[in-house]
Amino acid sequence: MPWFIELLKATGLAVVIFTFLAVVSAMFGVYLERKISGWIQARLGPKHVGPQGLLQTVADTVKLLQKEHITPRNADALIFNAAPVIVAVAALLDWIVIPFGKFGGRVLVVRDINIGVLYFAAMASVTVIGIISGGWSSNNKYALLGGLRSAAQMISYEIPLALGILWVAMVAGTLSTVGIVDAQVKQGSWFMFKLPPPIGWFGLPFGILASLTFLTAATAEVNRVPFDLPEAESELVAGYFAEYTGMRFALFQLGEYGEMFGMAGVATIMFFGGWTEPHLQPWMWLLVTLASLVVVAVILFSGLRQTLLVRPILILASLGFLLSLVMFFGSRAGLSPVLPSPVWFLTKLFALVFFLMWMRWTYPRLRLDQLLNLSWKVLLPLGLLNLVATGFVLTAWGR
Amino acid sequence: MGELAAFMILSLVTLIPAVVVVTSSNIVRAALSLVPTFLGVTGLYVMLQAEFVAGIQVLIYAGAITVLILFVIMLTAGGTGARTRQINEQVPLGAMAAVWLAFVLIVIFSRTVWPVLAGALPAYNVIAVGNAFLTDYVLIFEVTSLVLLVSLVGAIVIARREE
Repeated sequence: MPWFIELLKATGLAVVIFTFLAVVSAMFGVYLERKISGWIQARLGPKHVGPQGLLQTVADTVKLLQKEHITPRNADALIFNAAPVIVAVAALLDWIVIPFGKFGGRVLVVRDINIGVLYFAAMASVTVIGIISGGWSSNNKYALLGGLRSAAQMISYEIPLALGILWVAMVAGTLSTVGIVDAQVKQGSWFMFKLPPPIGWFGLPFGILASLTFLTAATAEVNRVPFDLPEAESELVAGYFAEYTGMRFALFQLGEYGEMFGMAGVATIMFFGGWTEPHLQPWMWLLVTLASLVVVAVILFSGLRQTLLVRPILILASLGFLLSLVMFFGSRAGLSPVLPSPVWFLTKLFALVFFLMWMRWTYPRLRLDQLLNLSWKVLLPLGLLNLVATGFVLTAWGR
Repeated sequence: MGELAAFMILSLVTLIPAVVVVTSSNIVRAALSLVPTFLGVTGLYVMLQAEFVAGIQVLIYAGAITVLILFVIMLTAGGTGARTRQINEQVPLGAMAAVWLAFVLIVIFSRTVWPVLAGALPAYNVIAVGNAFLTDYVLIFEVTSLVLLVSLVGAIVIARREE
């Protein structure tokens, strides 16, 4: 391919990903976050702009675009202005290796490079530089504290994160994101539940342990509650972006949400089968449908309806009901892929994002020492032991 | 032609921030300038088709080492505000040493007969790197890990003594 077509393709895809990030993950993500948090805490959330407040984030973005850029007088202007760009671009680059599904035999991915998940981890680690330089250059003690906290936190949690990636790379035998999904297609199940035959279901504890370690580390890596010490509102104003105004502030938000969706996407690919459709018998889908219907009915027609804690379970059960109903009729009708693969990818992605938001609005923030203890004394040994045990099982009974 | 252009651009990306690192009077800017330097080197690795090393370069050097350096600077009392002088009265001496070193290097590079025809690259060099580490170079690999472990234990011992 000539270089200018290559360049045009790269530019076009960058625009597409950026639009996806800005519109779907940042705007829609912020809206979802506010709605879900309001719902969990018995508030209404955004309500007035557009139907059910759907256009609230669009209005906020337009407002932020109009705001003045303020650079504090004693700030290091060059670094101060570059920091939000680093964070946003790092989040943008994450998405290059994430496959969205299959369309007519082609995998919908910008570039399937053979170090896919390693590249993802590398780009996620670049975010720290943006955060720490933003925190320092603001010349504000709260911002500096936030930046330092984030550096300590993100460097500590990169290790369990890398161990989770290493686990998947070991089981799949490849680092490419498309290759990992293909390995799960080949063994006929997600890595969370099964290891390659002949181990099968005996791999369940390893897979669940690995995915939980990875998800915990990923939550910490994107600085979300219960790990949001770098931007703890009640102690540090807003942490590392306390001094930022207007669109630069929005770029930090874009980076954070883009990174969160990216982490959810990689977790989907590594542990939840990516774009593949779960294959169950029709009667099993019917069973799932009935089970979720029972859960919904029990919650709606009993005193539990008043309990805020069960609300996320209610929404998950009703969504599961709808999905499994569609799958039941689809598989009865004999359709082989009932739903197109991007739909499955986005469903799994949003289920994980919902899970992360649920965690955020349920648990209180950890203290700094608890945070570092969790990483170094719990997640790191667990991840290492899991890696060794899985490696042993794979060599003893596997290939 | 395209390869040469890419090499030139990557060299500039590597070298210009490297000059800033050794000349800037602001130590935080000097540390931050390491980032584009490391990324430029990453580009050179990609050009050499060593994509695994390139990924590790970003992960370890740009993502961790720089952050560690910044962390230490920011925790040092008065470390960030001070205008450090990177040049002292020994400039002529240093310049002489640098010119001599450059001369020696250029002579060596131009006199050496470089093997131009390399063997075929493995299609997936992560596996090749792993195999090399755990077969031919396993002793070196283990000794390096031991060095890292000793430094880790040393850091913990030093930190514990203050209590």
